[in-house]
Amino acid sequence: MTNIGVIISMVFIFGGLLAIMIYSLRGKDIDRRIIFLFVFISVATSVIFNVEFKEYPTVIVKKVFDKIESLPPGSKVLISFDFDPAMKPEVFPMANAFVRHCLVKGHKIYLMTIWATGQALMNETVETVIKEEFPDAVYGEDYVTLGFKAGGVGVLNVIITDFRKMYPTDEHGTSLDSIPLFAEVKSAKDLDLVLPIGGGQPGPKEWILFIGDPGDVPIAPGLAAVVAPLIYPYYPKQAIGLLGGVKGAAEYESLLRQVYPQFQDVPAPALRMMGPQTMAHIVIMAFIVIGNITYFRSRRRGAE
Amino acid sequence: MKKQIPILITATVGTVLVLSVFFPPAKMLGEDFSLFFDIIAVFAFFLGGGNLVRVHFIKVYRRKSDWVYSVVTLVGFTMMLASGLFKLGGPPGISGSVTADGSYLNTMFIHIIAPLSSTMYALLAFFVASASYRAFRAKNREATILLIAAFVILLGRTPLGMMATGWVWESLSIFQIPNLAVWVMNVPNLAGQRSILIGVGLGVVAMSLRLILGMDRTYLGGDND
Amino acid sequence: MRKGPIIITAAVALFFVISWIIKSGGAPEGSSSYDAIAEGFWLTFAAFLTLAILSFLYKDNPFYKFAEHLYVGVSAAYWMSLGFWTTLVANLFPRISMTLSEWFQVEFISYQYHFWVPPILGVLLLMRLSPKGGWLSRWALAFIVGTTAGLNLPRFLRSDFIEQISSTMLPILVNWQGFGDFFTNFSLSASGQFVSIVSNFLVVLGVLCGIIYFFFSKEHKGAFGAASRFGIWVLMVTFGASFGYTVMGRISLLVGRLTFLLDDWLGIISG
Repeated sequence: MTNIGVIISMVFIFGGLLAIMIYSLRGKDIDRRIIFLFVFISVATSVIFNVEFKEYPTVIVKKVFDKIESLPPGSKVLISFDFDPAMKPEVFPMANAFVRHCLVKGHKIYLMTIWATGQALMNETVETVIKEEFPDAVYGEDYVTLGFKAGGVGVLNVIITDFRKMYPTDEHGTSLDSIPLFAEVKSAKDLDLVLPIGGGQPGPKEWILFIGDPGDVPIAPGLAAVVAPLIYPYYPKQAIGLLGGVKGAAEYESLLRQVYPQFQDVPAPALRMMGPQTMAHIVIMAFIVIGNITYFRSRRRGAE
Repeated sequence: MKKQIPILITATVGTVLVLSVFFPPAKMLGEDFSLFFDIIAVFAFFLGGGNLVRVHFIKVYRRKSDWVYSVVTLVGFTMMLASGLFKLGGPPGISGSVTADGSYLNTMFIHIIAPLSSTMYALLAFFVASASYRAFRAKNREATILLIAAFVILLGRTPLGMMATGWVWESLSIFQIPNLAVWVMNVPNLAGQRSILIGVGLGVVAMSLRLILGMDRTYLGGDND
Repeated sequence: MRKGPIIITAAVALFFVISWIIKSGGAPEGSSSYDAIAEGFWLTFAAFLTLAILSFLYKDNPFYKFAEHLYVGVSAAYWMSLGFWTTLVANLFPRISMTLSEWFQVEFISYQYHFWVPPILGVLLLMRLSPKGGWLSRWALAFIVGTTAGLNLPRFLRSDFIEQISSTMLPILVNWQGFGDFFTNFSLSASGQFVSIVSNFLVVLGVLCGIIYFFFSKEHKGAFGAASRFGIWVLMVTFGASFGYTVMGRISLLVGRLTFLLDDWLGIISG
């Protein structure tokens, strides 16, 4: 059924693209709503028919995975949810994959955010990943949620020397002094790895500038695709690796499944998204090609 | 008075924060100033909210065009603020998390803010496609380079690239499109972004110095304000 | 009032009421009927808001305007609520007032009188809303500007200038293994001498030429002009890559929304 659906939608999409090309070559203008419709159909059909592909992890993603793998169990890893729902489809799978990987390796995780919107999303991870998939994980001993603080870089500039000054309590109002995870942590310098996830400002770049470089703490950001190219100059010295967009998340999910077969059945939203993503890329590339063919044809006609 | 005091505040705070990096005795004050900044940031949220209410209230009061939608803004604002400030629907007591599971604030975040925010940005997917068809033309050498790089990324960052060129031998693996995409990101993209970063970094340093030294006063606005 | 808009509004309302009724019946086992009705309502409302925003693709319309205005209102209030509880209640009150700390049930830290400064500056910032006292907000603004400048100056100098130049000083000959390997191995892996050497060379050259392109104090002629031209090519690759990633990002968001509509709301996804 799925295969038939995919074939029918492919025929429809590529037939339509061919029709658009012929139409454009005749010098007629294509209404923008037709283009919108094609993007919608190409994404919607591949979402409905659940087209999935195999992923091949790239070195830059593998470095993040290997870093978490190589840390001894009990290492202190901070994950910062610096994003809003607008970035969620791209970066939320990264956050969940990081949490799964850290907990399965026995690392201690500290969850915080410098985006107000990140707090609700952080709680979603706690409810849907930690509590459901790791029922034995104990709050305060295996993970802790620090929550949101306003001020962005101002927050980072304080936690680099003193967590307690910025966070007298955790998200639920419990003093940090009574939380076992903070027994050996005074500042961000005591962390073994920081995984800032986001794509805006303040975000992963600020974590590199205010925590990674001055505190000599390894940083491995998970990034929304829009900002990923901007963070490459920090790799590999200031950022040990990075995950860029949904592709980076999909590669990480695939690595996690390869190494830990128990995650075969847990949701892998990024891997599922790569099918529709691929179809949409094909349609957009087709539009670029059609636009250029039309352009060169009209230019040649003009020259004649 | 209207200008001298603000300039003095900027200079003092800026100097202390710069010194706090190199001069340990200033560290404590630097942390305090950062914390002050975080607290003032909340008042900036209040300022934003207050301004929003003022603008939309005036619109409703004066029955300006589309004032009905301003009522929607004000109702949405009031409901969310009441849910948040009074921690409605959350765990009993005042000490629990403001975004606790089941609280009205969290419910409204999941079912109102999340769909609105993500759909607003998802709209751009359609406009990007439309722009690709209408404006992304290989008109000259520079535009062609840009177009080729975009194609390599669009192909290489999906499984399609591997399907198309996965057969290429290992010793020539750079010509596999996914590898080419990785190379484009790690080499020319890195070089270009780094040159921009160095320029912007220097610009930020120069601008910060000008502000601390009181040479740039544009943030103070006009005299009549 | 014209009939058309009324009919459309009524049809849309009916459609979503039906959705609410259907979705209220599909709540998970164990939940009360009130929870099921609430869940059905919220799911339907989220779908309505999603479609309201998407309707802008056809043309601007009242449903889009409703959704847009609602977004502005709830977002501002969300940030205010979070800011109040997480920063004012948790960081300010325990340092300035024992009474407030007790009232809000947060642990009192100690009296730190200098922490009266930020609320005073905060109130001055709010004076911006007043027609006459607006100038007082400059004091708070000056503090914000001073903090930003003071925080950014050393960090940008270190991370975005010194570290970037240091990272650009790459070895031109990486683990040289002879000409045979150089001309036969075009692998992207570390063993591929050709790619590693050319890449390092290009990074150094690309950064240098990119900076030259942004240097406008000298006319771009001769060798300087050639370097600037190469710089712009490198920048064009950068912008092309950024475009590719932007497309990727925007499509991901669309996939996210359509997955919500087709799976969570309509439940028509196979597998």
